Amino acid sequence: MLEIKDLNAWYGESHVLHGAAFEVREGEVVTLLGRNGAGKSTTLKSIMGLVPRRQGSIRFRGAELIGAPPERIARAGIAFCPEERGIFGSLSVTENLLLPPVIAPGGLDLATIYALFPNLKERAGTAHGTKLSGGEQQMLAIARILRTGAKMLLLDEPTEGLAPVIVQQIGRTIREIKARGFTVLLVEQNFRFAATVADRHYVMEHGRVIDMIPNHLLSSSMDKLHDYLGV
Amino acid sequence: MMMIFGIPAPLLFGQLLLGLINGAFYAMLALGLSIIFGMLNIINFAHGALFMMGAFAAWILLQYLGIGYFPALILSPILIGLFGIVLERTLISRLYKLDHLYGLLLTFGLALVIEGLFRNYYGSSGMPYNIPAALQGATDLGFMYLPIYRAWVVVAAVVVCFATWAIIEKTFLGARLRAATENPALVRAFGINVPRLITITYGCGVALAAFAGVLAAPIYSVNPDMGDNFINTVFAIVVIGGMGSILGSILTGFGLGVIEGLTKVFYPQASATVIFLVMVIVLLFMPRGLFGKAA
Repeated sequence: MLEIKDLNAWYGESHVLHGAAFEVREGEVVTLLGRNGAGKSTTLKSIMGLVPRRQGSIRFRGAELIGAPPERIARAGIAFCPEERGIFGSLSVTENLLLPPVIAPGGLDLATIYALFPNLKERAGTAHGTKLSGGEQQMLAIARILRTGAKMLLLDEPTEGLAPVIVQQIGRTIREIKARGFTVLLVEQNFRFAATVADRHYVMEHGRVIDMIPNHLLSSSMDKLHDYLGV
Repeated sequence: MMMIFGIPAPLLFGQLLLGLINGAFYAMLALGLSIIFGMLNIINFAHGALFMMGAFAAWILLQYLGIGYFPALILSPILIGLFGIVLERTLISRLYKLDHLYGLLLTFGLALVIEGLFRNYYGSSGMPYNIPAALQGATDLGFMYLPIYRAWVVVAAVVVCFATWAIIEKTFLGARLRAATENPALVRAFGINVPRLITITYGCGVALAAFAGVLAAPIYSVNPDMGDNFINTVFAIVVIGGMGSILGSILTGFGLGVIEGLTKVFYPQASATVIFLVMVIVLLFMPRGLFGKAA
């Protein structure tokens, strides 16, 4: 579904991605693991067209997206949930939820979204999206991209800094959307969490993908993984 | 004669009305500047020139095509708005990647060029533009005579300002605008064409200036420098209201127009400086302006 080859990206003079390559198949949940600064978030931003300069190949459903602006990448069917969550303070919770335009049929309707995230329904009247708690903001950031009909979701560290009970809820949500046919590319620091949701894991280091571990081999690859992640 | 604070009532109310009229123009121009600043991050120094073009468009429509005031009130903002869109697409949009100062220099230069061209073709003495027949005359309120056209200007400005505010704060399109002001990259990543949104915003801000220009045409003579007379004060008002604040621009515009009018009654010598005095005081205690958001 998503095929990345020889992806290079730069922020100004600094060369961050050095030929990253991996693929995500339809219906999979795939994680990018790696230390801080390995290039995981930059990979997601590069796919979305949000880095100043990138080269290589990003094919989505057969179409090349490397030269496309962000709005065209989004309209091709890829949705992005950024690490900092990107909730708009000048928009109400409902406006935040309804902001991303529907780009294709098949997105979740509001009733389903509120069933998945009951907190959001309670807080729907909140005048400023940033008045929500961190966990609620994260749910809102995921919820708003489920409406759009995009079937490929890029989630950047959705569990970062959240309480264990909320992390569990986000895990349930990811399994639920996978069951509904969404494909997820997930950036995670927390591989114990990643193991509960993912089919496969790619390990990144210095802007390259250096290994792939299927989820069922994760427990037998622990030594290798500790090496990679330095934990 | 009725006296208030030792001032004859007709004089007081007359200056209050003049203040409100000036305030109406301050508010409309500051509002356009604020919207443009919010989306484009440039201070549109061409705003006064575009206001002047709006007045000239009304005068030209009448002079050469026999099109009257009320159609011009719609047509002029559309024409000048389209001109603004051409400016944004062909010139201003090339500077977004550079420092904001370049946008400021470009629009300042544009203002000089536009005003120079108009001065060249129409001279700087000014053209008369009559008040439309339907709005001529005055009505006696008992304590003062109220010229109908001036009342119309205040009402039209209030309606347009608050309609603009409502579109931005209460509608779906407005939510997109606010989001794009806050984080344009992410809004693009949702599939929204932000560059187009920016172009439309600039066009609308310019149209607002042109609308104010048409309203101003019968009050001030239509001349190439009419924008200059307003624009310095309007920049002060945008700063006092809080850069980019919509409601702040409207309320500060009207409020400072009135303060300026009252100063003319009680201490005329200070009337030209009072707004800048207010600016200094506000900035000393509230560096982000009266309605500015904390960073």
